[in-house]
Amino acid sequence: MAVLDSKTPAGPIDKKWTQHKNDINVVNPANKRLIDVIVVGTGLAGASAAATLAELGYKVKAFCYQDSPRRAHSIAAQGGINAAKNYQGDNDSTYRLFYDTVKGGDYRSRESNVYRLAEVSANIIDQCVAQGVPFAREYGGLLDNRSFGGVLVSRTFYAKGQTGQQLLLGAYSAMNRQIGMGRIEQFNRHEMLDVVVVDGKARGIIARDLVSGKIERHGAHAVLICSGGYGNVFFLSTNAMGSNVTAAWKIHKRGAYFANPCYTQIHPTCIPRSGEHQSKLTLMSESLRNDGRIWVPAKKEDAEAIRTGKLKPTDLKEEDRDYYLERRYPSFGNLVPRDVASRAAKERCDAGFGVNKTGEAVYLDFDAAITRYGHEKALVDGIHDASEQKIRELGEAVIESKYGNLFQMYEKIVDQNPYKTPMMIYPAVHYTMGGVWVDYNLMTTIPGCYALGEANFSDHGANRLGASALMQGLADGYFVIPYTIGDYLGDEIRTGPIPTDSPEFDAAEKEVTGQLNKLLGIQGKHSVDHFHKRLGKVMWDKVGMARNAKGLNEAIEEIKQIRKEFWEDVRIPGSSNELNPELEKAGRVADFLELGELFARDALERNESCGGHFREESQTEEGEALRDDKNFSYVAAWEYTGEPSKAILHKEELEFKDIELKQRSYK
Amino acid sequence: MDLNLKVWRQKNATEKGALKDYAIKEVSPDSSFLEMLDLLNDQLIESGEDPVAFDHDCREGICGSCSLYVNGEAHGPSRAITTCQLHMRSFKDGDTIYIEPFRAKAFPVIKDLVVDRSSFDRIQQAGGFISVNTSGNTQDANALPIPKADADKAFDAATCIGCGACVATCKNASAMLFVSAKVSQFSLLPQGKVEAKSRALNMVHQMDLEGFGNCTNTGACEVECPKGISLENIARLNREFLGATITEG
Repeated sequence: MAVLDSKTPAGPIDKKWTQHKNDINVVNPANKRLIDVIVVGTGLAGASAAATLAELGYKVKAFCYQDSPRRAHSIAAQGGINAAKNYQGDNDSTYRLFYDTVKGGDYRSRESNVYRLAEVSANIIDQCVAQGVPFAREYGGLLDNRSFGGVLVSRTFYAKGQTGQQLLLGAYSAMNRQIGMGRIEQFNRHEMLDVVVVDGKARGIIARDLVSGKIERHGAHAVLICSGGYGNVFFLSTNAMGSNVTAAWKIHKRGAYFANPCYTQIHPTCIPRSGEHQSKLTLMSESLRNDGRIWVPAKKEDAEAIRTGKLKPTDLKEEDRDYYLERRYPSFGNLVPRDVASRAAKERCDAGFGVNKTGEAVYLDFDAAITRYGHEKALVDGIHDASEQKIRELGEAVIESKYGNLFQMYEKIVDQNPYKTPMMIYPAVHYTMGGVWVDYNLMTTIPGCYALGEANFSDHGANRLGASALMQGLADGYFVIPYTIGDYLGDEIRTGPIPTDSPEFDAAEKEVTGQLNKLLGIQGKHSVDHFHKRLGKVMWDKVGMARNAKGLNEAIEEIKQIRKEFWEDVRIPGSSNELNPELEKAGRVADFLELGELFARDALERNESCGGHFREESQTEEGEALRDDKNFSYVAAWEYTGEPSKAILHKEELEFKDIELKQRSYK
Repeated sequence: MDLNLKVWRQKNATEKGALKDYAIKEVSPDSSFLEMLDLLNDQLIESGEDPVAFDHDCREGICGSCSLYVNGEAHGPSRAITTCQLHMRSFKDGDTIYIEPFRAKAFPVIKDLVVDRSSFDRIQQAGGFISVNTSGNTQDANALPIPKADADKAFDAATCIGCGACVATCKNASAMLFVSAKVSQFSLLPQGKVEAKSRALNMVHQMDLEGFGNCTNTGACEVECPKGISLENIARLNREFLGATITEG
């Protein structure tokens, strides 16, 4: 089986990308106009790829299920984007960003891809500033930075708590320029329901117009899957309601290997769930950990009293609080990586020290930061006899300027004022490091079919560091695919337009229509959400923050059972030739019900702990994740064979030539 | 809490719509407004009726998908939030709630509460960008210092989520606040100044073509804007547009 060739270029790590670019094909501008490229999804990866490819001269068709490309869920990313600019002079470098990312990913990512990511990171900031992204600045007019978890330098660029919004609107504006020139044809409210493979190559997609219900055929010389992650397999996550795995799963079923599906990021700072009615969870940016201190009551009886409302957190004296991250990890403190912070919160709550009515929450406290900033600001303003109240006022204003929108969001949801009482937070599913397997060129195991951004697996290993997702999405779209796609398309200049009346298109369309009719024909008793919630519960309880062989085996059987019931008893009203949100959801949940099973199988197979994947069987005496490099230093790439848990495992061995493998420590 | 809902139902763009009554029981005050609609839809589906279609996605107030006119106000009674951030604790047990789509000539209804806002995209395509290729071969990001005050103002304008509440609220269905936010963002930054004139002219021209009304400075848009986009931006757009008309027009 030769397909798992990562195509990593030879040579020293810091020369690979340059050398590779020299070696790959370039398509001449006149020929680019003869080549069609389909981009599925318009988040950071999709929008940046669509814009750049169109600028280069390719004919691009871009698809999104939302009513505008601007609404893709990258818009909700809050905290920032990393780049090795070393503007702060704190000894940052391409190598340090590369090292931090590989270590942060617990040594389960592909070295060459991560180095390239670090290498192009600085360009992203230049590019975004040039296209008018209003990053935060210091009084001198230069760009400001902040810190994120798992690193010891300040390399994160940000725009308040709305960095994703500003970056996506930047990429959207670049797309708009190309749409205005007719170089991108944009399809809003369209969902890709299959990829069409002709003679072993991706040659187009089948899409559904979500307004009219019409099934459409679109031919192309290459198909880019930029459809994001699959966190919604847990039902509750910080993903958008419509975020789904469908595009990635459909190409998997047509031959693209799916890599490391069990690598999920459970983000430590989310607003805790409040009840059964809950439809999604909301993130509070990791950037808050720059200034917030995380704690729970040190005594169980205090935790109990807080849960029943007899005691307020602000009543607890300093010595009665357990700042457990500062206690356990003195060198990184509140800025440990996400997987570590999440497990530590779960450990405290499981031990009975959790707050909120449910006992599933810890505090994120800004009191110390408000006082500290207040003192600083008073001095800057020349107020030397500031009252305590004045200092608080000034301090709250500083916090407001940094995190205002996040505090407002919190207050609206929880109905408590986080300037006056500590925030409550709890881990929630946020990001999926796993995804479609790609080689160094970002091509999947289907020739001509690529995967970019969160949809692929390559850069974050088993745990993603904060502010790296935006970096990867834009790196893939702006600076990687425009080069690497030429290598494949160079051979396509004589192919001519792809006809959509071939037997392959006929068959794919027939299958899509067949599935839609089948779903509508069931007319059972329960809504799609009913099944989705059941799936989510199994995933969270048995494939969530802590996993073991018994639970995973049960999960596989339970998911199969839910899938069976779904196909017998789901009820979808309406028809397929109109706007039908329930039908859309049903298709997505049908795919989640298959992915969930493979996800559990992957977690079962990987009998080690690494990053966000924590197997209870594999931990240190102190309860930290324990890797097993001897047996599991590989990428698990799954080949679809019909039954998800019967998929065939292919291994891409990971080689670490430039970084020494060590037990990760943040102590 | 128990509520009486009056919801706009409309099968598609061509058929006539009407308000329909629904009683809904045991709504948690901690649930969001859209979660209340989820509950209604669950009940409708299980009883064999057609669920209510409405736009939504991120449910955290940033994607701009959700819309809704709730009791005669865009995004409901609270200020500075979107409908998805509105919580049921803002209502009382026994309340009657009117739920309608955003209404404007340039936002035709697609189904029930879902409207077509693609006119906003077309305005952006007419000039809402800086013409720089995404090659990465630009100057260093810190080569050009930008006064913090200008950068902050540009950011404030850039936080527009394109939801259309300004249009839905305006008695003229004007899109001036939306257009001015993008024009301001770029005209405040040195990178955007180069094309400031053509941008203002092109975007306003497209806005007129789409059938949005004129601005009469009533200021309702600013009040209902979930992101607090300031009327100052409209003043800036007027300045840019007038200047451009004189020199280029």
